[in-house]
Amino acid sequence: MAALQLETDLLAQVGAGQLADSAEFAEAHNVDHQAVVGLLKSLVMADMVVMEAIEHSRLTVTPAGQLYVGVAAPEVQVFNAVPAEGITLADLKTQLGVAGDVGFKQAMQNKWVGIDKSGGEPKVVRKVESVQDTVLPILNALAAGQEGSLNEAELTPLMRRKLVAKEAWKTWKVGKGPCFALQRKKAATELTTDMLQSGAWRDTTFKPYNFDALGLPPSGGHLHPLLKVRTQFRKIFTQMGFEEMPTNNYVESSFWNFDALFQPQQHPARDAHDTFFLTKPAATPASNFPADYLERVKQTHQHGGFGSIGYGYDWKVAEAEKNLLRTHTTAVSSRMLYRLAQEGFHPAKYFSIDRVFRNEAIDRTHLAEFHQIEGVVCDYGLTLSDLIGTLQQFFDRLGLKKLRFKPAFNPYTEPSMEIFSYSEQLEKWIEVGNSGMFRPEMLRPMGLPEGVNVIAWGLGLERPTMILYQVDNIRDLFGHKVSLSMVRKNAICRLGL
Amino acid sequence: MPVVGVNRDKLFEALGQKYTEEEFEELCFEYGIELDDVTSEKEMLRKELATRTTGAADLGAASEEVIYKIDIPANRYDMLCLEGIARSLNIFRQRETPPLYRLADMAGKQIVRMTVKPETALVRPFVVCAVLRGIDFDSVRYNSFIDLQDKLHQNLCRQRTLVAVGTHDLAKIRAPFTYEALPPEDIRFVPLKQTREFNARELLQHYLANDQKLKKFVPIIQNSLVYPAIYDADRTLLSLPPVINGAHSAISLDTRDVFIECTATDLTKAKIVLNTVVAMFSQYCSTPFEIEPVEVVDALGDTQVYPQLDTRQMDVAVPYINSCIGLDLQADKIAQLLSKMQLSAAAAPDGSSVVVQVPITRSDVLHACDVMEDVAIAYGYNNLVKTVPSTVTAGKELPLNQMCELLRGECAMAGFTEVLTWALCSHAENFSKLRQQDDGTTAACIGNPATAEFEVCRTSLLPGALKTLAANKDIPLPVKLFEVSDVILLSSQKGCGAENRRRLVAVLCDRAASFEVIHGLLNRVMEVLQVPYAADPDPTLQRQRQLLGGGYDWRADDDSPAFFPGRHASVYFRDRRVGEFGIVHPEVLEAFDLNNTVAALELDLEPFCFDQLGRPMETQIL
Repeated sequence: MAALQLETDLLAQVGAGQLADSAEFAEAHNVDHQAVVGLLKSLVMADMVVMEAIEHSRLTVTPAGQLYVGVAAPEVQVFNAVPAEGITLADLKTQLGVAGDVGFKQAMQNKWVGIDKSGGEPKVVRKVESVQDTVLPILNALAAGQEGSLNEAELTPLMRRKLVAKEAWKTWKVGKGPCFALQRKKAATELTTDMLQSGAWRDTTFKPYNFDALGLPPSGGHLHPLLKVRTQFRKIFTQMGFEEMPTNNYVESSFWNFDALFQPQQHPARDAHDTFFLTKPAATPASNFPADYLERVKQTHQHGGFGSIGYGYDWKVAEAEKNLLRTHTTAVSSRMLYRLAQEGFHPAKYFSIDRVFRNEAIDRTHLAEFHQIEGVVCDYGLTLSDLIGTLQQFFDRLGLKKLRFKPAFNPYTEPSMEIFSYSEQLEKWIEVGNSGMFRPEMLRPMGLPEGVNVIAWGLGLERPTMILYQVDNIRDLFGHKVSLSMVRKNAICRLGL
Repeated sequence: MPVVGVNRDKLFEALGQKYTEEEFEELCFEYGIELDDVTSEKEMLRKELATRTTGAADLGAASEEVIYKIDIPANRYDMLCLEGIARSLNIFRQRETPPLYRLADMAGKQIVRMTVKPETALVRPFVVCAVLRGIDFDSVRYNSFIDLQDKLHQNLCRQRTLVAVGTHDLAKIRAPFTYEALPPEDIRFVPLKQTREFNARELLQHYLANDQKLKKFVPIIQNSLVYPAIYDADRTLLSLPPVINGAHSAISLDTRDVFIECTATDLTKAKIVLNTVVAMFSQYCSTPFEIEPVEVVDALGDTQVYPQLDTRQMDVAVPYINSCIGLDLQADKIAQLLSKMQLSAAAAPDGSSVVVQVPITRSDVLHACDVMEDVAIAYGYNNLVKTVPSTVTAGKELPLNQMCELLRGECAMAGFTEVLTWALCSHAENFSKLRQQDDGTTAACIGNPATAEFEVCRTSLLPGALKTLAANKDIPLPVKLFEVSDVILLSSQKGCGAENRRRLVAVLCDRAASFEVIHGLLNRVMEVLQVPYAADPDPTLQRQRQLLGGGYDWRADDDSPAFFPGRHASVYFRDRRVGEFGIVHPEVLEAFDLNNTVAALELDLEPFCFDQLGRPMETQIL
């Protein structure tokens, strides 16, 4: 019967108030009961009908029990198969198959048969003269659908033996729902251009939306979380009047990375343990460094000058020539400050955000390359108080308003300060960066005029980003093991709002 | 930064006050040191055992007394032991005044002499010495004495390469001493912690083979023709610097007179090391802070007396200090603040400067700026009034970076997701996995990577993008990624021999290769960069092409082994090759552990850095 006709018949019967049992309806229309139930459920969804369950149950013979219907209970089959002289268990099972196995256990339990070990090989022997098959009549009766004649006491043992089982099912009494009608109106899923053009939208019923579901994710690409944060930092710096430094030179000489910064040649940071030295290109020939400046750097390290006593060691140009992957962007700051002195000094504010490299084993919090954020201000008469005030302005923009400063040591800044901030997010003080005033031993050899001070600070890009986005493994953020689903879900960066 | 472990109760005893952990942290913060960890011997042993698989140790015997691990600034060698930390903090808290270190009056007494033989110039030319008389060791002081030498060896002495300290029981040896350099076979002695005699060559072999701690010092002298050695008047060997001392002169808890020798390749540092040791431990001498001098006669016969305890006088202008910090302090106030930092200072009569005496413990003071910093620390960084410099400047982004910021947004809008991969990679990732030969002319190579993964600087962004795809196989296909980053190429144009180049890479991973999608991205990128297709007949594009000196085009070729033959094109701008795109070769996919096809585009972005009038802007500035 066509589905539509079935629905029409069903609605007609409900309309007449006569659908007492869905099973009867199915039988009358010669369709599977499940098909009727499916139809009913869709009508319930449309609020056209309401359903009330009618519980049914009956006992049936299980597939295991079916083996014995009309034959004999397995234990009876076993008893009958045991001759007077007995039989080996193996022979018995060969003769009776499954019934032999099941029947033997039951016959033993009934004490109808026993095992006789007197004749060498154990044999199954009869223990009683005759037996009566009480199981077979029950199985036969159930198989014939005559459940009513049986009582609980007879049935329970057979259910335990899984020869008989209870089967439960439901049928439905069906009544009119709030939106009952004899014909279902087909609801449209969506408003369409055709409906707009034909005006059909006026008479169309629309399927209700499921407002609890999420919408479809939009297609399109995503920017990387760390670089979204970088963008905000760039904005903060430029809004504060800082000019970006050219940092696209990862390979640097020890001269600009260390010596120009008055970092002595025996400093631990110059150990192979901390710094990536290159075998190719292994060195920057000293002829590439401004000769007079190189000489002033050498003198300042060895003997001091500009008011300093220097480090008092034998400065080697070969050490300065060694190439490395820059360990800090301050290598670029030193080049920029030198250039500023050569061009003729003018007040300047510089910033950069770019990669630096450390020869460290990588783990959850350390990478061999990471991004350093750096800010530098150069002017006459800058003070430590100016540095603190500038840092306050900068960190205010990041939402880190509570700052305090700890004395620290850094070979090229004096005074040096570690910057701590109270993180509202972590509810504790955390170190957020380093800062200081560049040493005269760094600035004066460059040719920056007396009285010019340079204040600077630096911080990592990764750590604030990890705190911001609650990333606890730095490798999830930077590198190929990034989680692309994290990138997709990542929010806009509100730093600097 | 060096970390020094000190017994908390002993430290508090020396400070004359008990602190809560928070109070002590606060004091450290103000002074510029840091309480790094709170532990105990037992705790440390437990941790050590946990990392070892074998070897049981007696936890029960270990002390449970609290140990403070304190981070010390790398230039404060005088704070590498409990004595130094306590002294610095006591002076800072004005509980103590800085001690006056002085040499013992040797009138009428025999001064200890050390004679340096010329051969030492071949291996380790310098030695400086001192004697501490009547020292009163207990086990805590003794251990601190040993630990300080260890810490100095690790830091200032650069693992004994620059300086090595030897300390000896003066009662067991007889002056005068000689500092010599001899063929290793001629140096025979029983070394510390050994019972039999060795010659120096066999001893170093023995350490290389058997001693984890000492073997790292062996290379410092091993290849020298002669090894340094210090002998007493009876030819008893004191030490084989910088490796080991002789057993004979070893100090113990009962030692009263200690002879200290520091051999060195750097005389300045040798003096600092010697001064640090005597400054710290002369406090336990029978006359505290009095050190007995030693005459060192060098190879030319010149005599120097060590230790050199003189303070260094500096006149620091008051306006300099005030103008650097942003304060307006009088000279006497500055002098008072400096006394908290172990710098005795007095205002000059006219008040224009302070006269500062820099003690031997403050070898970190090189310049007036170091004095200025100490004024600021003593004043309190957090007591300074915040000011904002009046410096007026204009904010400006680097053109290349600004263009890349804009282009990144466009790539994301085109449906590609941004990744950020490392500039360092393995040699194989950069070459063989891309089916490329290394002809030695492209990649910068790292000599000493701690992680094997980092052997070269990448010359292409492709490996990073492929690795990202491989690490994200759970993402539904297609996956579209891009990155705008730098590669590093060897370059004779640059003084250092290498240059960064800014590139764009994009990859599309799907079940079927889609050349046209990656090609479409190229066209889109060029569209937003305002670079017309060279062959586009549209006359309105002619003007832009003229402005730029040409347009872009692509030419099918098979010049890139990383791509599938017949599925690759090079990109040209103004007839110069600037990039490529195509279908990645199946063998490359296999090498990067990828099961699906990948189409890729890689483009040098620097030729496209021009302003709105098409004028080129500098990208290689330094």
